[in-house]
Amino acid sequence: MPETNDIQGIIRKVAEIIIGELKLEDVTVDTFSPEMDLVDELGIDSMDLATIALVLQDEYKIVIDEDDYPKLKSIRMIAEYISEKLTAKG
Amino acid sequence: MKTISSLLDKQWHDRYKRISTLNIRSSIYDVTNRCNLRCKGCFFFSSGEHQVEEETDIKKWEDFIDAEKERGVNLAILIGGEPTLCMDRVESFYRRLPSYCATNGLIKLDRKRFPDLMVGISLWGGGEDEKILRGRDTFAISSKNYAGDPYTYYLYTITPKQVGKIEPVIKQIVDVGLKVHLQLLSNDESVDGFSWQPSELKDLRSEMDGVLDRYPRTVISSKYYHEVITTGMMMGRNFCWNECPSVTESLDNRKPQPRRLIRFARWAADLKTVHRCCTSATRDCSTCKDGAAHMSWIMVNKREHMKSTKDLQNWIEVYEMFAKLYSFIPW
Ligand code: SF4
Ligand code: SF4
Repeated sequence: MPETNDIQGIIRKVAEIIIGELKLEDVTVDTFSPEMDLVDELGIDSMDLATIALVLQDEYKIVIDEDDYPKLKSIRMIAEYISEKLTAKG
Repeated sequence: MKTISSLLDKQWHDRYKRISTLNIRSSIYDVTNRCNLRCKGCFFFSSGEHQVEEETDIKKWEDFIDAEKERGVNLAILIGGEPTLCMDRVESFYRRLPSYCATNGLIKLDRKRFPDLMVGISLWGGGEDEKILRGRDTFAISSKNYAGDPYTYYLYTITPKQVGKIEPVIKQIVDVGLKVHLQLLSNDESVDGFSWQPSELKDLRSEMDGVLDRYPRTVISSKYYHEVITTGMMMGRNFCWNECPSVTESLDNRKPQPRRLIRFARWAADLKTVHRCCTSATRDCSTCKDGAAHMSWIMVNKREHMKSTKDLQNWIEVYEMFAKLYSFIPW
């Protein structure tokens, strides 16, 4: 379980995972805008999202439903989604 | 960091947005094991993939299609054999899922029953080649059946014998008011004289580019697709088994997994057997020229194409071509 599960902590972790999984260059956790549209700007596709979702599921011990992918449009939206799941889990 | 908007102007970005959320998840279905032709080089019969017991209970087909929908498939590509020999099965797909029907065009699909079903008619060149490879000039019949149909195009499989001769075929298609998509013969049965030589492929590429320039409203294609399918190269990589995106997911044990079509499967007409890939398992991947596999190869590698504006525009054109061919966006 990651150390900080407040929204900022989750945002940083999601950014770190995306950077690592997509092997992004020229961007760091600090410079990655949480608002950036991952499909319309970063160009990720459903296979990328599925890969990222798998890592996030392991990291946070949650289930990310494939039907929810369209909601996961930015790092902030992913972080809020994870936060809700963690709250629901208690 | 390169982003979509840093690479594209507004017009191209709008085109990108139109396709970026389509999330096409196709699978292929052998609707029947039977066909009213026996083409030389037909992978379906040469591979023996027709030798399964065909399911004939239409209720089982319906349940199967519902399960496929549940599995996440949103595009059913109907092949065969000849799907139009089993219209009730085609209709079961059409009523449940966005569908596309490949046919040799000898049987006319009733447009009252299938108003907007996209139909791709196979064509193997001019009349003489068709007679050699398919036993008859199918164009003479299919063009009468489908002339002017807005939801029909020819899927023109170009053979090495047709290099230098494709424009007259395109003109014939223009004359009957249909569109055409180009692909290359893979010559699974090693029919004499029908295997590709490197120089032929080079010539063919410029010929394909030429007809696209001259008949842009008829030829549904892209120059980048021509480049990739004739060279077998994309972004410095070679098309091969380790790169192919169109492998049935449940049979795909490649390590590492390449980028691939999510959920993709090719089902036999017994509704139980799955075949290795979108074409036959007996085909040699190193000489495979399958058009859909090459298109999909480009499509699943979007971020690879974010190296430059031109690369990303190439990717967009190929994705648009695919989306048009399968009715996700209008012509
Ligand atoms: S029409 Fe199609 S399925 Fe029938 S034999 Fe020819 S290539 Fe094969
Ligand atoms: S034969 Fe072609 S489509 Fe089939 S796995 Fe090989 S490369 Fe892919």
